Amino acid sequence: MEWIQYAISNIDVLITRTLEHIALVGLAVGIATLTGVPIGIAITKNERLAKNVLYLASIIVTIPSIALFGIMIPVLSIIGHGIGYVPAVIAVLLYSQLPIIRNTYTAINNVDPALREAARGIGMSQNQRLQKVEIPLAIPIIMAGVRTAVVLNIGVMAIAAYIGAGGLGTFISRGISQSDPRQLVLGAIAVSLLAVIVDYALLYLQKRLTPKGMTTLPAAD
Amino acid sequence: MIRLENLTKVFDTPKGAVVAADHINMEVPSGEICILLGPSGCGKTTTLKMINRIIRPTSGKVFIDNQDTTSLDTQTLRRNIGYVIQQIGLFPNMTIEENITIVPRLLGWNAKKYKERARELMHMIALEPDAFLKRYPSELSGGQQQRIGVARALAADPPVMLMDEPFGAIDPINRAVIQDEFIKMQKELKKTIMFVSHDIDEAIKMGDRIAIFRDGHLVQYATPDELLAAPQDNFVESFLGEDRALKRLNLIKVQDVINSEVETVTQQDSMETALSRIDRSGYQHAIIMVNEQRQPTGIIPRSVAQVSKGRCHDHAQQVPAIVNINDDLRKAVSLMLANDITWLPCVDDNNQLCGHITQRAMTHHLGARFRAQSGNTAPTAPLTEE
Ligand SMILES: Nc1ncnc2c1ncn2[C@@H]1O[C@H](COP(=O)(O)OP(=O)(O)OP(=O)(O)O)[C@@H](O)[C@H]1O
Ligand SMILES: [Mg+2]
Repeated sequence: MEWIQYAISNIDVLITRTLEHIALVGLAVGIATLTGVPIGIAITKNERLAKNVLYLASIIVTIPSIALFGIMIPVLSIIGHGIGYVPAVIAVLLYSQLPIIRNTYTAINNVDPALREAARGIGMSQNQRLQKVEIPLAIPIIMAGVRTAVVLNIGVMAIAAYIGAGGLGTFISRGISQSDPRQLVLGAIAVSLLAVIVDYALLYLQKRLTPKGMTTLPAAD
Repeated sequence: MIRLENLTKVFDTPKGAVVAADHINMEVPSGEICILLGPSGCGKTTTLKMINRIIRPTSGKVFIDNQDTTSLDTQTLRRNIGYVIQQIGLFPNMTIEENITIVPRLLGWNAKKYKERARELMHMIALEPDAFLKRYPSELSGGQQQRIGVARALAADPPVMLMDEPFGAIDPINRAVIQDEFIKMQKELKKTIMFVSHDIDEAIKMGDRIAIFRDGHLVQYATPDELLAAPQDNFVESFLGEDRALKRLNLIKVQDVINSEVETVTQQDSMETALSRIDRSGYQHAIIMVNEQRQPTGIIPRSVAQVSKGRCHDHAQQVPAIVNINDDLRKAVSLMLANDITWLPCVDDNNQLCGHITQRAMTHHLGARFRAQSGNTAPTAPLTEE
């Protein structure tokens, strides 16, 4: 239990790195949401395109994070950001696309055709239908996608410490290189706890964002 | 007014072309309800949805108030047509108020105006505004949801309404209630309505006209009474059912068949007077006794008048059954069957005697139409009373 004492005596470092970790993942998934949701909506208009986009997004997720960093280092070196937080954020951004695009696409596609027809019959334009009906109804499932992305990437971001991105992974990488089990254990536990807590926080947010009338939530993934 | 001209829809399916609607020509006059009726898959929904372009016609035209709707843009067209879909389709993320004010809000009404409208609509569909406006669709029963669906379609007061089996999801008892409410509402609102149904009884009850469809063709377009009296062909006849003559009973009011020349006695008249009037009028059974307000208070049966003396008041028997002139023949027949009688006194809303109705007069009235339609009009013999 030495790691507890270590944590207490280094509480300020722990807090800084936790915040760093949250900021990095938050930034990356934030950007990913801003890109993934529109992409997910756009591809509902074209089935072939949808297949290809989703296929591409799944391939990206299968690339191990270390390999992804490896690919990005030479490329980003050109603009002087081969290592550091930039490749880490880009990696997380790419990994987040799949759950966010896929959930958005599925959610919009699964809106009850009767509701869509009612909306059309009332004389709503395509944008009005999206804004007033389809997106509100899709929000629980889109949020579930964002949650998946966040939790997945809290782990990915821990590995990004190896390329100097900072965050809680720094405890782990230092723990290994300095053979210091206190740092190693603290890092591992902090990352896991963060993932669990953030997941619950986002679940709460998801429920808050779910339109009130929708008591029975569609199965989220 | 809605007019369809050669309206046609051909669906291209992997199994070949399906002609869902084939050169449909019809016109619904302003303020009338037209029921599209026919077996499953005959093209009712397709025809309806071509009017608000949910389905694009393959060819043909739709006119609303003599305006060719192809010249209108889709959104404008749809906002002027109230649309009630079969699956109700209330937006689950919106409250009842938000649901029924969606069109007014799209049209940019101010909050005060559309909130007032919401309350007005709730009264119209007989739901308490304060109890329902802030609720969500999932908290309502199927029947209540269906009414909200109708209210939503009525919200911006469109002159034309399209309704696809709007009362399909409701149990028979509540359906009858909603139908009655709707008919009452329509009497005031006078919308021009196309209404899909596959229930012949609903069609007869609600429709000013009925359009019978079969395999994408409009087979017959007529008023309910015409349709029941003279079905075009065997298909229509079998679709209407073997009891179609009975169904007509719903459509005819007692006042259409009433014989207003009715002899009466008062309570003070003597039994001799009663008997002589019975004989003079040729009544087989009895004469009606009325009070000063000409309200029926009893009957003097012929058999009693023949053997009794004194005042009518002392020998009168209870009136077995009375029918209102605004009731339909179905009720009249039912009362006759239930009381084992062949005639009924008819009263108005003040309970004053207006005449009487006999079984013969009814059969004659119904039969006249059938005979007239089949060509060999029977000489209409003057009615002899029973
Ligand atoms: N989108 C479509 N693609 C192909 N065929 C269709 C399509 N919609 C309808 N049809 C076909 O057109 C015909 C008429 O369908 P429609 O929905 O108008 O029938 P309906 O009279 O409303 O029947 P129901 O009483 O069952 O609702 C049917 O044979 C149906 O299979
Ligand atoms: Mg249909």
